[in-house]
Amino acid sequence: MSEIPGELKYSKSHEWVQINDDGTVLVGITEHAQDLLGDMVYVEVPEVDHEVEVEEACAVVESVKAASDIYSPVSGIVTESNEALTDSPELVNSDPFGEGWIMRIKLADRADLDALMDAAAYAEHIESEDH
Amino acid sequence: MGNRTPLYDAHVEMAAKIVDFAGWDMPINYGSQIEEHHQVREDAGMFDVSHMTVVDLNGPDVVVFLRKLLANDVARLKQEGKAIYSCMLNPEGGVIDDLIVYYMNAKWFRMVVNSSTREKDIAWINQQAAFFDVHVSERTELAMIAVQGPNAIEKVKQVMDDPVTEALNELGVFFAVDVGDFFIGRTGYTGEDGYEIILPEAMAEKLWFELSEVGVEPIGLGARDTLRLEAGMNLYGADMDETIGPLESGLSWTVAWEPADRDFIGRESLEVLREAKPTQKLVGLVLQGKGVFRNHQKVVVAGVGEGEITSGSFSPTLDKAIAFARVPVGTEAECSVDMRGRLLPARVVKVPFVRNGKSCLPEDI
Repeated sequence: MSEIPGELKYSKSHEWVQINDDGTVLVGITEHAQDLLGDMVYVEVPEVDHEVEVEEACAVVESVKAASDIYSPVSGIVTESNEALTDSPELVNSDPFGEGWIMRIKLADRADLDALMDAAAYAEHIESEDH
Repeated sequence: MGNRTPLYDAHVEMAAKIVDFAGWDMPINYGSQIEEHHQVREDAGMFDVSHMTVVDLNGPDVVVFLRKLLANDVARLKQEGKAIYSCMLNPEGGVIDDLIVYYMNAKWFRMVVNSSTREKDIAWINQQAAFFDVHVSERTELAMIAVQGPNAIEKVKQVMDDPVTEALNELGVFFAVDVGDFFIGRTGYTGEDGYEIILPEAMAEKLWFELSEVGVEPIGLGARDTLRLEAGMNLYGADMDETIGPLESGLSWTVAWEPADRDFIGRESLEVLREAKPTQKLVGLVLQGKGVFRNHQKVVVAGVGEGEITSGSFSPTLDKAIAFARVPVGTEAECSVDMRGRLLPARVVKVPFVRNGKSCLPEDI
């Protein structure tokens, strides 16, 4: 069973969302997602100031196995991208919930957060996909 | 549940991620495919290839038979133990399978064919063998472990007893020896030195763990694929198949045209194609920039035409995307590849990409 931190929110497409007090969210992919994809070799992060819509494909992670779009879990403006992933894509594998974060988004509408799952619901979601 | 090799429990114990491969439950990796790849390039790794098909051919007609069955010519094998790589063609000149055949003596050849093509291979070989005094036996009771890497030779010798070690000391590249319980070929699918060890199923697990104890790490099918691609070795079903023959898949060197009167299966069709000149060829590609090549991506050659990637991946040794692509014969040094809707520039290169751990790319890439 992969790690699912209780303080984060989750999307069906396996992004995690950390909600911050300053009205931004930090987004990455889950332990489970990186495990499915395998070793990362290339991550394309969104440009800063890029405006994203909820469920818009705005980043790409490529592993030895497959390329996978990362969907924005919320609408807003990208305020920061994890440039470290350009040279060290393996951070997504080694520390998916920490140094492997992908982008920071300034929320346009807090209501977007209501559609996300908590850890327990996400655990069930993984379970249902596995079977 | 699929077929399982005698090493299945060992894989699970070593935390392998198991996937279905041609009906077999096989390890895709034991954690990190890239680390496993480097392990083979820099030290030594072992692969469970027991799913592959070992076929023994015995009888007085075995040489005549194989000279009919295979596009390469076993008559070129002058020394006992020597192996040859060949395609087995259909009458249309397409590839039924590619294989290694070891010449053990005048009445015994051992062949190793792919697992994904097992049934059709056996059926085809038996069908052709009916005209010859040759006995075909599939050796399903044997397991196979490949040990590859710059330290593979030394580490295998560490776990073997004297008679085997002595035989290995004499064993040249692309030769095999049948000694005691082991059949050991100095062959492989990685571009590194090493052995492929065929042994009774019941002994596989013991050897596997003994190798592990001397620092040979288990390597999954994921790294096996990136290693063979770097080494410039074709994969059946991706780079060639029953509709695409050796002349269009970089395997012309495996077709023995001489002597001209050797009538191997597929020869007539290949000669027609050779005369008319193939319109496509298989080349190596290196991506200029970031991204990963994938099978079936479209290749665009300005002013020449279009082609397709047949085996695309990421090269851990070169830290670049590399591929085999089938392109128009007029393709020269450059092309573009359609990667997720964007045309990115790529260089056309000679393969292998990597040999014995070192890059073979031109210096300006």
